[in-house]
Amino acid sequence: MPDAVWEPRIVAFFCNWCTYTAADLAGVSRLQYAPNVRVIRLMCSGRVDPQFILEALAKGADGVLIGGCHFGDCHYVEGNYKTFRRMRMLNRLLLALGIEPERVRLEWIAASEGDKLRHVVNEMVDRIRALGPLNLPERFQSWNRELSHQTPPCEGVLG
Amino acid sequence: MKYPYFPGCSLRGLGRAYEESLLAVLHHLGVELQELEDWNCCGATAYMSVDETQAAVLASRNLARAERAGFSELLAPCSACYLVLNKLQHSIEQFPDIQQTVQRALAQANLNYRGSVRVRHPLDILLHEIGLDAIRERVVQPLRGLKVAPYYGCQIVRPYATFDDAHQPTTMDQLLATLGAEVVVWPLKTKCCGGTLTGTVPEAGLRLSYILLKEAQRRGAHVLATVCPLCHFNLDAYHAEIEHRWGPIPIPTVYFSQLMGLAFGLAPRQLGLHRNLVPFRFPSEPTVACP
Amino acid sequence: MTPPQNHAPKAHRAEPRIGFYVCHCGSNIADTVDCAEIARYAASLPGVILARDYKYMCSDPGQELIQQDIREYQLDRIVVASCSPLLHEHTFRAALARAGLNPFYLQMVNIREHVSWVHKNREAATAKARDLARAAIQRVRHHQALQPIRVPIRAEALVLGGGIAGIHAALLLAEAGKRVILVERQPSIGGHMAQLDKTFPTLDCAACILTPKMSAVRAHPNITLWTYSEVIKVEGYVGNFTVTVRRKPRYINEALCVGCKQCVDACVFKDGKFPDEFNAGLSHRKPIYLPFPQATPQVVVIDPDRCLNLKTGKCKKTCVEACDRNAIVFDQQPEVHEVKVGTIIVATGYDLFDPTRLPQYGYGRYPNVFTTLEAERLVNSSGPTAGKVRLRDGRVPRSVGIILCVGSRDHRTHPWCSRTCCMHSMKLALLIREHAGAEVTIFHMDIRSAGKGYEEFYDRCLREGIQFIRGRVAEVTDWAMTAKEEGHLVVRVEDTLAGFVRRIPLDMIVLAVGMEPQRDARELRRILNISCSNEGWFLERHPKLGPVITFTDGIFLAGCCQGPKDIPDTVAQAGAAAAEALALMDRGYIEQEPNTAYIDPDHCCGCKSCLPLCPYSAIQLDETQGRAFINEALCKGCGACVAACPSGSIQQHLFEDEQVFAEIDGVLSYA
Repeated sequence: MPDAVWEPRIVAFFCNWCTYTAADLAGVSRLQYAPNVRVIRLMCSGRVDPQFILEALAKGADGVLIGGCHFGDCHYVEGNYKTFRRMRMLNRLLLALGIEPERVRLEWIAASEGDKLRHVVNEMVDRIRALGPLNLPERFQSWNRELSHQTPPCEGVLG
Repeated sequence: MKYPYFPGCSLRGLGRAYEESLLAVLHHLGVELQELEDWNCCGATAYMSVDETQAAVLASRNLARAERAGFSELLAPCSACYLVLNKLQHSIEQFPDIQQTVQRALAQANLNYRGSVRVRHPLDILLHEIGLDAIRERVVQPLRGLKVAPYYGCQIVRPYATFDDAHQPTTMDQLLATLGAEVVVWPLKTKCCGGTLTGTVPEAGLRLSYILLKEAQRRGAHVLATVCPLCHFNLDAYHAEIEHRWGPIPIPTVYFSQLMGLAFGLAPRQLGLHRNLVPFRFPSEPTVACP
Repeated sequence: MTPPQNHAPKAHRAEPRIGFYVCHCGSNIADTVDCAEIARYAASLPGVILARDYKYMCSDPGQELIQQDIREYQLDRIVVASCSPLLHEHTFRAALARAGLNPFYLQMVNIREHVSWVHKNREAATAKARDLARAAIQRVRHHQALQPIRVPIRAEALVLGGGIAGIHAALLLAEAGKRVILVERQPSIGGHMAQLDKTFPTLDCAACILTPKMSAVRAHPNITLWTYSEVIKVEGYVGNFTVTVRRKPRYINEALCVGCKQCVDACVFKDGKFPDEFNAGLSHRKPIYLPFPQATPQVVVIDPDRCLNLKTGKCKKTCVEACDRNAIVFDQQPEVHEVKVGTIIVATGYDLFDPTRLPQYGYGRYPNVFTTLEAERLVNSSGPTAGKVRLRDGRVPRSVGIILCVGSRDHRTHPWCSRTCCMHSMKLALLIREHAGAEVTIFHMDIRSAGKGYEEFYDRCLREGIQFIRGRVAEVTDWAMTAKEEGHLVVRVEDTLAGFVRRIPLDMIVLAVGMEPQRDARELRRILNISCSNEGWFLERHPKLGPVITFTDGIFLAGCCQGPKDIPDTVAQAGAAAAEALALMDRGYIEQEPNTAYIDPDHCCGCKSCLPLCPYSAIQLDETQGRAFINEALCKGCGACVAACPSGSIQQHLFEDEQVFAEIDGVLSYA
């Protein structure tokens, strides 16, 4: 419904043990938060392939939230450290692609931190709202159109 | 070290001795105070109980000016100022409507306040910035044999226990012990001095002051050390009235900073001790051996 | 272990036949999410043969509905939109299995915890539920038939903590024929219960009911008792934990010592000089001591921080001379043992709140302010005063005040109710009055006497003249306002029933200190890899339905380490934990999620990127073929290697790339 008022669309990847459980706890505690996040459950934040994040952005997400256990608490010993390092690299990639790195956020939320989950989700929604829509699918389409029209490149673009 | 400083009305009026002694003592410790320019009433007691919002606006102007001057801290020696300025910080963090009112009012004077100024008390600075070791080094005339009852009053620890315990504060105890004084253990450290009741309902107010003096006497204190101009006023200026009602209690009340000055060897006059209505003298106990 | 059967080549996929079910959960979901609309929408998606909404999908009729539909419509994929998969995934998987469908053809959509309970706007909630449903429907078509992994369970258990919870759990397991290792960090088992005098509401003596159980632990052939020992490392997983235990030197040969205490009498310290932990510091012990008369094991211990010989090497060692069994070993070293167990029961108990944190109550400043534990030792006939209630100066108190909720129900300290202090204090009130003949006043906010026979006990206290004043005590002071108050402690309290502030002079004050998590609970939590609540209590899997199991399979909770509770509840929970552990060990195996990773050998180029990523060393390189392979028995299913494989040749069952991509596409494709 692109004609409706724009609302941030955020895809979240939560680890099964901490952050997904924290989201369940937020539910059980009836903590209210913004409805813009769609959660995908994985066993560990270490399973988050950077491709997942790029794919989500390419498919129309305005932001991606990754939630894992705090350092030292990973159910799989050190999966979250791997996530952390991957996200640092992805950050540079996003910059190179011209995507604001703030659109991708990594948070450690323990199973008991339902309230932190609520805060993080709300903050993330506010942040994305401030950044505005990313609109990658539409941008891809317009780039494709430009390419298919084969208009001569503007002078100076290539050098 | 240099600290931005908010004197408030008391230190320029009834509490002059507090300012005189504090400035002298801090100077002796190598700390200078820079007075906040164009400060105004902190919004204390009377104002606060009549119109909290207006009081908050008054307090905020001082902090906004401090913020504009680039200060991240503000020293407020008077207990009432200290409380009201802290209360404002608390109010604008907790209550968005107060914050809006305050900002609207400040905007009319082309000011605004982001809430970045930390209000600090001299005891806090002395213990946690200057440190007891630096103070100990300056002591030339230890207050040996002087039994002091440390009296904190209510406002610097309640409701915001920012640098000391709300019920059992100990910063002044530590300071006095460093000066060589004997700190009297007594349970009324933060009990009410009577506040402004001494003026409005003297039967009640004076009684509260009397309780403090009486208990200090019972515990063997020679002198009461205070941090608050209002407490000092009640215990010193009404002393005659209290003695008239309940009989003699020969206990003077002085500012902690005056005792510091004495221990540092500064002249009593420099410390404003001559302003005391109940004169303070060292106990002429035989145990004090004077070489 | 069954051979892995999850490597079958992917069968040619016919168009799936998906059944979609959305649950109302009574009104829990239906109030916020338009369930009928979700079902209508799902029915319009490709592959969905039928979509239904139903009041309670998890009920028998709800499950039966799925099973019937599978048979009738030849459904081969099922999506259930209801609560968290952590709650009911197994329920619906079982339903699939009953209908003859592989249980892993199920996908759940969490529209309760993640939607209806956290959003109020019906339109936004319904839209979110629709997106999540679409994602699951797109995902489930990529699901494959899998077999659960069976892991064998060792029949040995480790019980951590030798209080009443650990004792009870260990005995039950031992009685059932399991080998148990009971690890206690103090020199004796018994825990806090051993320090209590009598127990409410029946006033039976704690030692009389606890001591036989302690001896039974000592005597039981199936129990290995390691006191003065701590767990320092836990590795492995359910069924096969490797636990490293450090046994501190007690400088005594446990096998030789018989607890005769000749050595204690012979010690060069003629009198006790150091605070006795068991008596809450109210008496003094020597460097060599038996913790308490009923200590189990009956073996003395030497305190290395106090013993002259251990500290300075200069001592006549009269204790060695006195011991005719040569049990004293001054050069004893710490021992580190590694044991393998199938299950672990954590029963590490609680700490008492430190009342010096509330200086207004004067603990530590006024000698006649005591804690409930100290009062407990005072009324105990084997305590420091032989059961005579005495003030610190030896006087007999004529009036005693007990202040409740010290460190409980107070947002400045701990917000929780410690649950035992009301009853504990009323019991102490009766005992103190019996032992000292003193007038006892209890200061309370509420009296919480929920429990069998508890309210009756409160009644008894009221009838027998214990005074109750409702009001939170403002302070305890020695400031006397009147001659009557002189020489007493004065409690200042607002009597909220009488409606005024009172000053009550008393001889002795007892602070009913609350329970708090053990100081090192967080460290232990890390060692065990279990969760803590924000406060530091160990977290149970589910507050109602999983009160003793943790998020880590094979580790169970018993007693106050999970939250404050009294002795009956502790024993009940210890029994439950033992039963859970027993069920696991008796079955002999556990079925685990087949979420392991596997490598497609045709695509692996042997780059070894994955090898260092696996914390379980489950990935190895086949040098001859130049390819990596995964040992499924070691893989725990985190997926870290899957995300890192540059050639994309590692996949994870249940979380295949194509499944996750389908889900991403699903949540984002606009309707």
